[in-house]
Amino acid sequence: MISVRHVWKVFGSNPAQIIGSPDANLSRSELRNKTGNTIAVRDVSFDVAPGEVFVVMGLSGSGKSTLVRCMTRLIEPTQGEIFFQGEDILKVDEKRLRELRKTRFSMVFQHFGLLPHRKVIDNIAYSLEINGVSKEERHHRANEVIELVGLQGYGQAYPEQLSGGMQQRVGLARALAVDPQVLFLDEPFSALDPLIRRDMQAEVIRLHHQLGKTMVFITHDLAEAVKLGDRIAIMRDGAIVQIGTPEELVAAPADDYVANFVQDFPKSQVLTLRWIARKPELNEVLTGPILPPTVTVHNSMRQIVESSVPIRVMENGHLLGVVTAQDMLSVVSGSEF
Amino acid sequence: MSVAMLSKPEKELKASVVKRYKVGIYLGALSAGFIFFAVLMRGIATLPLDTSSLTWFQSWLNNVSDWIGNNQNSNPFFTFFINVIRDSINAFVTGIQDLISQSIGNNASPLIGWLGIVVLLSFVAYTVANIRVAILVFVGLVSLGLLGFWQESMDTLALTLAAVVLALLIGIPLGICAGLFPRFEKVITPFLDFAQVMPTFVYLTPVTLFFLIGPASATIVTMVYAIPPALRITAVALHEVPWSSVEAAVSMGSTRMQALRKVQLPQAKRTMVVGINQTIMAALSMVTIAALIDAPGLGKVVVTALESLDIGKSFQAGLGIVILAVLLDRTTTAAASKVDAENSHLVSRVRHRQILVAGGIVTIAALLISRIYNWAGNFPGTGVIGSDIARYADDIVNWIQNHFVNVTNSITNGVSYGLINPIQNLLTNSPWFITGFAFVLLAMILGGRKLALISTVCVLGIVGTGLWSDTMTTLASVLVAAIATVAIGIIFGVWIGRSKRADQIMRPMLDAGQVLPAFVYLVPFLGLFGATRFTAIMAAIVYAAPASIKLMADGIAGVPASITEAGIAAGSNKWQMIVKVQLPSARRALALSTNQGIIYVLAMVVVGGLVGAGGLGYLVVAGFTQLNLTGKGLAAGLAIVLLGILLDRITQAAAARSTLERTK
Repeated sequence: MISVRHVWKVFGSNPAQIIGSPDANLSRSELRNKTGNTIAVRDVSFDVAPGEVFVVMGLSGSGKSTLVRCMTRLIEPTQGEIFFQGEDILKVDEKRLRELRKTRFSMVFQHFGLLPHRKVIDNIAYSLEINGVSKEERHHRANEVIELVGLQGYGQAYPEQLSGGMQQRVGLARALAVDPQVLFLDEPFSALDPLIRRDMQAEVIRLHHQLGKTMVFITHDLAEAVKLGDRIAIMRDGAIVQIGTPEELVAAPADDYVANFVQDFPKSQVLTLRWIARKPELNEVLTGPILPPTVTVHNSMRQIVESSVPIRVMENGHLLGVVTAQDMLSVVSGSEF
Repeated sequence: MSVAMLSKPEKELKASVVKRYKVGIYLGALSAGFIFFAVLMRGIATLPLDTSSLTWFQSWLNNVSDWIGNNQNSNPFFTFFINVIRDSINAFVTGIQDLISQSIGNNASPLIGWLGIVVLLSFVAYTVANIRVAILVFVGLVSLGLLGFWQESMDTLALTLAAVVLALLIGIPLGICAGLFPRFEKVITPFLDFAQVMPTFVYLTPVTLFFLIGPASATIVTMVYAIPPALRITAVALHEVPWSSVEAAVSMGSTRMQALRKVQLPQAKRTMVVGINQTIMAALSMVTIAALIDAPGLGKVVVTALESLDIGKSFQAGLGIVILAVLLDRTTTAAASKVDAENSHLVSRVRHRQILVAGGIVTIAALLISRIYNWAGNFPGTGVIGSDIARYADDIVNWIQNHFVNVTNSITNGVSYGLINPIQNLLTNSPWFITGFAFVLLAMILGGRKLALISTVCVLGIVGTGLWSDTMTTLASVLVAAIATVAIGIIFGVWIGRSKRADQIMRPMLDAGQVLPAFVYLVPFLGLFGATRFTAIMAAIVYAAPASIKLMADGIAGVPASITEAGIAAGSNKWQMIVKVQLPSARRALALSTNQGIIYVLAMVVVGGLVGAGGLGYLVVAGFTQLNLTGKGLAAGLAIVLLGILLDRITQAAAARSTLERTK
């Protein structure tokens, strides 16, 4: 659906000259001291499959928000290619770009970006309005989306009369109003308190199941990334350090940075038996219960503990390995992985 | 390397401490040196010039002005450009005057008679503001008529409206550009600063040279003064719109125009209405001063009365200006808060609409009546109440003068002999190169080489105008008034800044004080102290004090709580808190309030030329009235501008310095 190829974004006076020069290999602070330029996005490439939830995760300042803005050209990338359904959106003209923004892409913002002088319904209908849709039709559509995100009865309210969570529902509804193919969500729940955040995450999962939209989701919260993401890209200093499923990141971090990141994460919730199954030892009994490798440690805990003999992990009739309560405990307590 | 890194900030700290310490020594040495040399060489090279004699530069300006006068109707630059502008503006203003103030043709009244105007404006006030303001407008307008100044008030209103409409037509689009394009804003800012720093008085003559005396010139000078606030506040209003909502609109595919129209402008509306308020008040203030170049209206009554020292009449007309100012200010301020109310959706629509329809019908009826019946067309009566007020004012002033002549005289003499004369003697008797050099050194100490260069240019420029001695006379008054203003600013500013209650009581008064046109301040002091420079200085202090006090109060109130708490925790008493904690923390505010104080004072001191304050202001006024002094008046205007730049830049450098020191 989307292919990002070697995208760079350099802020400063002569950004294009940095790329390809030896300066590009300097660290951020060194480069800033030397040339006054800052590399926000450094040679980033990845693909997003249709219907996938692709999460970009990183600490603040890692370039993730710049990256997502580059993808819709709210910030012009310095170099690179971004293909959307085969079309390089960095090459299209202003008019086509607006068309894409109006009909194919939608964005949800951390600070909502609602228009305070418009009612909820007119906020949601804004993009339809600039698409030239008649008032009756766009209000009809807006009411549909209002229902979809659970905002019934709030259409005539003004944004400032709603709580933060409700405001972001308006943000979501506004993004969904034009029935886009891709949703870009830039830390949409970071400004919300934890309980509301959990509700909203569930809401996004529900909407994703219901509508099957492709999503590019930016966050600094690993738990959120794991919960929502089909795949996660971890960014550091503008570059992508690792891309993988949540399981892969937790089980096989590419470097210390990622390892550090995932260290405190409750691994049993992500890791499946495939990752902890080990070769049976010579004298081990191979008659224990059978489990598939795709079950998470968390979900198989009870069976593993209750079995007096090692659990067999089998896939298509093959024995991949065994797991004992001992093995599992070392994962849960964090001494392994 | 790490050693070097560690010691670097320490070195900087030491350097700044030493530097600050040194600046104090330098300034002390400079003052001592200046006084020493000024006294030692007094009387040498003081460049005096009689009022009637001219330098070659001033004669040359006379010739320029003659040339312009002679070629006004033949040179294509005038016939195709200047005169076209003049004629269109004249037509615009005359149109509005025909509508509300001047009788047209054989009709005894303008197109809309007084009753029509009163009802119409009250209705407008109701629609943009609320019923209370509408009643205020009604009462205010009627009392203008009762004062006996109906037509003059409407002339002032017509000129103000014309200038405001034109100023907004130019100011708002440019302000939008400045709000959208930072680069444009950067280019235009120095021009705006300049237009606002310049005493309004000085561009009267140059404008009349090109646009002749009349409504066009009055409108143009008013626009020059009224466009900057309109432009600036529009730009600020756009900056205030949260970027996130603009970004959201763009992400949904809005064009730049759509984002501006549907997202930015609606959110900027409230602040823009505040800008309109500022524009209107600036325009009113300037329209009254434009009376000096024959703009009709209340200002003219004040000028004529001031020139003939008719206190009662000038008080009467001054009261009219105050009423007009209050009406315009209240209406637009209430309109701004109504935009707020609309945004928070408290207005009940249906009832509102019914009242609007009813009001509209009444207004149309009043308009018709005022066309048909003479009593509703021309304001009835002969302004008896106004004359009574004038007489009472005269009586009161006479009474005060009779009973307190010793008091007022001793104040005047005390300040004159104790403060003004010594300073004036010092400055006017000092050789120009000593005083000029002192200025350049001061600039060097406070702002470095660039500022010293600017100061050199200003000093030499003033010498070049041939009016060094008069400039020193004006400077003396400015310094005295500025010292008093800053002292008042500190005392009241500390009081207001430290006490919420004082703030609540004083702030509305200060706001009101800033709204009144500069002119009005001359009237009461003229009554008390007669036509002297002391009157001008007193008026300047009263005019400048509100701005100074407000800046100071904001600075004191803005000292972070953590600092004041630490001071209290350390056991400071009230006096120690003020002197050792709050004033030093508010140093930048002090410098800024000094800067604003001086700019305001300069503007008013030159206006004081009207009431015998001598110096440059007097020459500007003489330039209006005496043909052979036109060039000298122009030169005086130029000298005022140069003096203004000099004082502004140096005090701003002082302000910048205190910011710098605080951030270090």
